[in-house]
Amino acid sequence: MSEIENAIEVRDLRISYKCLNKLSIKKSLFTLKKSKAEVFEAVRGVSFNVPKGQIMGIIGKNGSGKSTMLRAIAGIFAPDSGSIDLHGFSVSLLSIGVGFQKKLTGRENIILSGMLLGFSEEHIKEKMDQIIKFAELGDFIDRPVRTYSSGMYSKLAFSITAILETDIMLIDEVLSVGDAKFKKKSYNKMKKLITDKNKTVIIVSHSSETLRKLCDTILWLHDGEVKMQGSVAEVLPVYEEFMT
Amino acid sequence: MKRFINDIKKYYKFTIYSAKSELKSEIANSHLSWLWWILDPLLFMMVYSFISIIVFSKSEPYFPVFVFIGLASWQFFEKTVKVSVKLVSNNRSIVSKVYLPKYILILQKMGVQGFKMMISYILVVIMMVGYRIHVGPVILYIIPIFLTLFVITFGFSTILMHFGVFVEDLFNVVNVLLRLVFYLSGIFYNIVKRVPEPYNEVLLKVNPVALIMTDLRSVMIYETMPHRKWILLWFVIGVLLSVIGVKTIYKYENSYVKVI
Repeated sequence: MSEIENAIEVRDLRISYKCLNKLSIKKSLFTLKKSKAEVFEAVRGVSFNVPKGQIMGIIGKNGSGKSTMLRAIAGIFAPDSGSIDLHGFSVSLLSIGVGFQKKLTGRENIILSGMLLGFSEEHIKEKMDQIIKFAELGDFIDRPVRTYSSGMYSKLAFSITAILETDIMLIDEVLSVGDAKFKKKSYNKMKKLITDKNKTVIIVSHSSETLRKLCDTILWLHDGEVKMQGSVAEVLPVYEEFMT
Repeated sequence: MKRFINDIKKYYKFTIYSAKSELKSEIANSHLSWLWWILDPLLFMMVYSFISIIVFSKSEPYFPVFVFIGLASWQFFEKTVKVSVKLVSNNRSIVSKVYLPKYILILQKMGVQGFKMMISYILVVIMMVGYRIHVGPVILYIIPIFLTLFVITFGFSTILMHFGVFVEDLFNVVNVLLRLVFYLSGIFYNIVKRVPEPYNEVLLKVNPVALIMTDLRSVMIYETMPHRKWILLWFVIGVLLSVIGVKTIYKYENSYVKVI
């Protein structure tokens, strides 16, 4: 056994979209041919480890399976084959436009999202003030979420995940949330989480700049496969060259 | 089964809180706020009473109570079943961001509708006191009858929710079917008395909602025995449907996100 404890172990992960086209009754009645089930493999046999306390960045062009993989790690859908072992750590996915119920107020949504992440109501209520303060929503917190601007929406989403702090945080291109001031604040918050040795973070981003500053290692996905994996200094220059 | 119990334990707080918030948000946006929960069934009861008594001049003893019991039970069933067809895609924002067992969404809706039904039944009780309806020990049967209603509703909803994800126009079909069942359930007429033999018995026993509301009236208003065997049978069917539904959802819920 090595000394470093792995927080995330992904083995030969494969995820395919079976293009489960929605049926309509008319369509299925009048088309005699069974529609071919097209299989699109988004992630093809990816394996990696993330040691506890590390921050890993994932890069790759659009459609290379980054977000799909994050969702699988978050447990939103199961892999078709391969395994994901989180060693029992709690996990949360933070991505643009996190799941809120638009009719409910910000405050209620904080509690509901927190509960879905596995926190107790008491714990969430304890952290409530902190979240509201961090999100800078002011009086809007007691208004329905549908009245929020898109910036407020993402700021609230970010604050919930950042303050409630699950063991593993998956961040999908949301580091550029809100105005310049909030951007800086969320960036600093992320930075603080890095120094916390108990947090494991995976960041998906297109910005080499952010990844260079924040990450320990980089995983480069290309068409659902691992193209390169290693330290920031190794991977990023090759990637940048590849993309130009 | 074990997984089901664990998940319920894990998510029941979420279910309750989310049902409460939904009820709250419903009243927050209307002028008469919670009065609607009383007005809505009350007004509908008046509409149906008007049609039956004035237009068709067919009445039943204690007619308002009669209609109320039917209407409250029906609306619980109908609204839950109807909403579950589109439940997954309507909750896309949550479902695609965090895992939760999808039938929890149904339980949440049942909580919302169940609360409204409870208010209706409080009104029923008030009216029963007003009419001085005599109640005997047979009223205890409401417990198994309500349980049957819950199980049947949950069973149908789970299965419809599953297919609702994949079949786009299922909602329209369900909508029409529910309308048909609505008229066949005897909400504002007595199904046993008004439908000719032998169809009345068939309609009563084939349609669980009709059976449930007829038996609720039997035990609450008329002090007569419910169809115990049939209630038991439908309870068993309800449990079976729920088991099948929950199992299907567990099996396929991962692919829901990929479709919606």
